[in-house]
Order: sequence, then C-alpha cells, then structure tokens
Amino acid sequence: MKWGFVVAFSGFTAISGYALAEGNLNIYNWSDYIAEDTIANFEAETGINVTYDVYDSNEVLEAKMLAGSSGYDLVVPTADFLARGREAGAYQDIDLSKISNAKNQDADIQGQANNMLNSASAGLVYMWGSTGIAYNGDMIAERLGDDAPTDSWSLILDPENAAKLEDCGIAILDAPTDVLPNVMTYLGFPGTSTDKAHFEAAGEALSAIRPYLRYINSSQSINDIANGDICAAIMWSGDAFQAAYRAEEAENGHVIDYYIPKEGTNLWFDVMALPVDAKNVENAYKFVDYMMRADVAAENVNYVWYASGNKAAEASIDPEILSHPGIYPTDQAKEKLFVTPVYDTKTDRIVTRVWNRFSAGN
Amino acid sequence: MMRIFFQKYGFLLVIWLPVGWLSLFFMLPLIEMINVSFSEARRAVPPYNPAFQIGEKGISFQPVFDNYLLIYDYWGDYLWPAVNSIRLAFFSTVWCLFFAYPMAWWIARSKKPLQHILLVLVLMPFWTSSLLRMYALIGLLNPNGVINDFLLWAGIIVTPIQMMQTDFSIYSGMLLTYLPLMILPLYASLVRLDNALLEAAADLGAKNWEIFRTIILPLSLPGVIAGCLLVFIPAVGEFVIPALLGGPEQLMLGKVIWTEFFRNRDWPVAAAIAIILIAIIILPVVYARYQDKEGLS
Repeated sequence: MKWGFVVAFSGFTAISGYALAEGNLNIYNWSDYIAEDTIANFEAETGINVTYDVYDSNEVLEAKMLAGSSGYDLVVPTADFLARGREAGAYQDIDLSKISNAKNQDADIQGQANNMLNSASAGLVYMWGSTGIAYNGDMIAERLGDDAPTDSWSLILDPENAAKLEDCGIAILDAPTDVLPNVMTYLGFPGTSTDKAHFEAAGEALSAIRPYLRYINSSQSINDIANGDICAAIMWSGDAFQAAYRAEEAENGHVIDYYIPKEGTNLWFDVMALPVDAKNVENAYKFVDYMMRADVAAENVNYVWYASGNKAAEASIDPEILSHPGIYPTDQAKEKLFVTPVYDTKTDRIVTRVWNRFSAGN
Repeated sequence: MMRIFFQKYGFLLVIWLPVGWLSLFFMLPLIEMINVSFSEARRAVPPYNPAFQIGEKGISFQPVFDNYLLIYDYWGDYLWPAVNSIRLAFFSTVWCLFFAYPMAWWIARSKKPLQHILLVLVLMPFWTSSLLRMYALIGLLNPNGVINDFLLWAGIIVTPIQMMQTDFSIYSGMLLTYLPLMILPLYASLVRLDNALLEAAADLGAKNWEIFRTIILPLSLPGVIAGCLLVFIPAVGEFVIPALLGGPEQLMLGKVIWTEFFRNRDWPVAAAIAIILIAIIILPVVYARYQDKEGLS
C-alpha cells in the first residue's frame, strides 16, 4: 500500500527467520502502519523482545506465507489475501478467549471481515479503509469549474473530465482488485461481480482514459499529489491523508482532500493473524491483546489516519479523524460500500489479463 | 604437514570448490525451477504440487506440461513483453558499448598512476546501492527534478520535458548500472594491445580509421563480446530498472514473471516463463562461444 513494491523486493533479503529463545516476538506489518512508540512501549511493559519488519504489498507477504517457514509470529494481511492463505493452510485460527481486549472490537466491521474470511476466528481487524479519490481542489476547480464532480468516480473515469485534467496529472493505483470493481460500480454493474464480461467492460472504460493518465503506480502518487505534480488520483484513504499531511508540512500551498465516491467503493480490512508455523504464539496473543487496548488503538489511529477496527478506541481518537467522512464514512455512504469476494484462480487470471491490457495501453 | 596436504590435494581443491559452489547455488536452484515449471499449481503451502518428489513411495517424477501450453495458448500476451525486453536490452548494450569503448581506450592508453585512479573511478558507483542510484536518477529526471528545474530556470524550455517513464529513462538506468561491466572487459583486451602494431601500421601509411578497423577492433573483439554478454544477459531479465524508471509501455519479461508470481499466484507458469527467458539468454552465449572457436582456429 505504501512505497513501491521495489522497496519490498529489496526487503526480500531481510528475513529475520529465527526466534528460538523465550521472550521473542517477530512481527511483520505494513510500513508506516503503527504509532512510533507502540513497539517500544510494549517491550517496556512485557519484557518481550520484538523484531519488527515491514512490507509494502500484500503480494510480498503472501509469497512468504505460501513458501512457509517465514519465521514470523504475527502478520497483518488484507482480508482477501488472508482468506486465500487460510485456504492454503498457511494460517492458524486464533483463540479469542486469550484476548481479553477483543471485547473492544467494532462488531459491525469485524462481522463484515468475518463474512469475507468465512470464519469468526481468522483474526482481528486492525485497521480498515476504502479506495477513493484524492484531489487538489484548487487545481481541479481551475480546469473543471466550481461544480467539478468531486463526489463521484466520474471525476477521473469520465473521459471528458480526464482529458481536461491531463495537464495537471491523473494517476491510478496499480492494484487491479481495488480499481476494477469500482469501475464496475461506476458503470452500473455490481462491484462484487466475478463476471468476465463485467471485468472486460471495466477494462475498456479504463482504456478510454488511458491516454490522459500520467502513470499507474501505487506509491508514487503520495508524494506527487502532495507536491502538486498530479491533481487527482485513485488512492487508498490512508495514503491520501498521508499526502495531505505532507503538503501541509511542506507549506507549499497545495490542499489535498479525499472522498468516497457516491457510487460506492470497496472496503478492505487489514487483519492481525497468526501464521500456521508461528513459534511464539503466546507472545503474539499478548501483543494482539495489547494492540486491542483502547488507548493503544487510538494512538495508532491518530498516527496513521486509518479507521480502527477498535470501537472502544473512538473516545480517544482525534475528532478531526473521527468526523472525516473519508475515514469514518457517514451512514448514508455506508449503504453503498461493498466487500469484494475472494476471487478464484480463474478470476485472478481474468483480472490480471484485463489489467495488463489496460496498463500496457493496447 | 599442511604443505604436503596442499601439494597432494591442492589441485583437487581448486577444481572442486568452484564446482561445488556452482552446483549448490546455480545448478540446484535451476533444477528446482525446472521442477516447479513442470508442476501443477494448487492453493497450498507450497502453492504447487512438485513434479519431482522424494517421498514414502520412493522417487517419482510426473511432469505436467500445462504451464508451457498456457504460455503457448496466450502467446500474444507474452510475445510483446519478450520482444520489448530484447529490444531494450539490445539498445542498452549498444549504448553501453558506444560510451564504454572510448573510455576503455582512454584508460588503457593512460600512464600507470592515472590508469589505476580511472579504474577505481569506474568501479566507484558499485560502492553505493543500485537502488539508491536509481532513486538519484529519478531525482534528476522527474518533471520537477534537477534537470527540468535548471532548464526552466535558464529559460531554455517552457514546460518540463517528460523524461521519466520513457525509453530514455530506462536506457539511462541501464547505462548507469551496467557501464562498468562493459568498460572492464574492453579495458582488459585493449591494455594488452601491442603499441608496436599501431606504430607499424602508421608507418606504413594507414589512416587512424583504418588502424582502428583492421587492428584495434579485431584484437579487442573478445572484450567486446564479453562486455556485451555481461550487459545483455542481466539487462534482458531486468526488473528493478523498468519498475522504477519505466512506465507501462516499457513492460519487460521481469515484470511479467512478477505478475504471474504475485498477481496470478501461479508459481509454475512464472517458472516456465523464467525457463524460456533463460533459453532466450543462452542463444547469444552459444553464438558467442561459436564465434570464439572460429577466432581460435
């Protein structure tokens, strides 16, 4: 989700694959996805020695889990990846009775994730978010006027708008499973569809705006939109707020905001889960329990600006975050949110083919 | 005691250490990759059913050809990236040769102390991580990068030049990464060139161009071939450079293998493409060996 897969690629070599002595815990989490002192506080409180590694794409995590013997005790895959990994037998069930703070969890969010995972004991949702559009209001208004559709996918997906925004720069996530279902929603198909024709229609719609796209990349747009190099991008919610924060820090006059399009979007859940061959299971439980504490969860949200799976944390979450409809969607917006199904191998191939054709521009 | 041991077995040690090393870290992974490419994909750990198995029932080998057939069925999807990889690798090699030859010549003809300094300078880029060098290049080539900023400031251009995500940025990255690999073998063959030959040719009235064409170039040919192989082989399978500097139009086989592996979660098909890529790479090597033998006879 953050930075390029290339950084992760180089991280391939940095496996800390052993944990024999008692009192160790090996965690593998997304980059920039935890408050700065959470790990240090946990170590001070419990005396457990934590090795904390980060990845920046689900694919890299999945490859390690499928290869086996990763050496990690706790990982945070997105729910659809976790579901597939569980099917492959790469994860173990968690025993919720060992996590006393599990009662803090948001039952609604956890329930949606459980539906996707087809299990109530796959893991606990750490953070969740949406895919939407990050934009630079001033640059958009200059080109599309004040009534620019900054509440709809059409801002980018309508070729007429895209053509007008070409010079200020449009980017799209390089994440087919987060983009194609949303294009399908925009076209009026169900975002949960696995129909080949729907994917192909979405691919054609994307090809129509292909000539106006600056690039297709999941990490570059954070910096570029903050610097004013691009003015609109399909992005993950947390990345968009990271960009907004960077622009504010740089005091470069660019104001970045994010919205969940009115046509609806897909939700994703990042879930704390235990690999089947985790060696420090008890410590992993202790850590999950710690992370589920309301104050700890709130600190993490205030740092990363994603919505928490922890309901009890909301009392201590920065009101600016809690009231932002791009992070905690309104009830009205919630009705249009959907969760994509876990694709089978055949659908994976269709998705990849449609995506490759679109991104290659032929 | 030790001395007698080395006198007796030193020769064997010298031979078998590299052989052991190569079989452990080159042959075994290659065999494993061939094994995976003939295996059936499945959703499990590991995500394929090995074609070659040593189990309770003894050794069994049941190859599956589906992965190669799939590539054959969808050849249109793979042909274009393959052609693109060869094209980008070929021109990267040509550019490297173009810049490396005069540099190697200059180094080879320099006086001793300067020569050593120049060689160290050639190797110096290797002291920093290649990833960092690529990010430095992005900083130069970006629309708001150093080069565009300077040209805008100097009033030479009005709008930034699009250099990133083009063939140009790929070639820049390749050149930055692989130039030393071209310079060193060229230098090695040029430094051995006998000055007397050049003087004799000049005395007999040969022009500079004729000296280069009839003496220098043929004698440095082994260096040219070695340098071209050293650049072309890693360039054709390059992943990081096109991923960081290129756009979707610069799709290369490295990215296609990545997609099969990570997006389709189809390790066997990814392995099959990698095997085909190796076959593509072996062709120029075989050709070069053939050329070598011709040269010897």
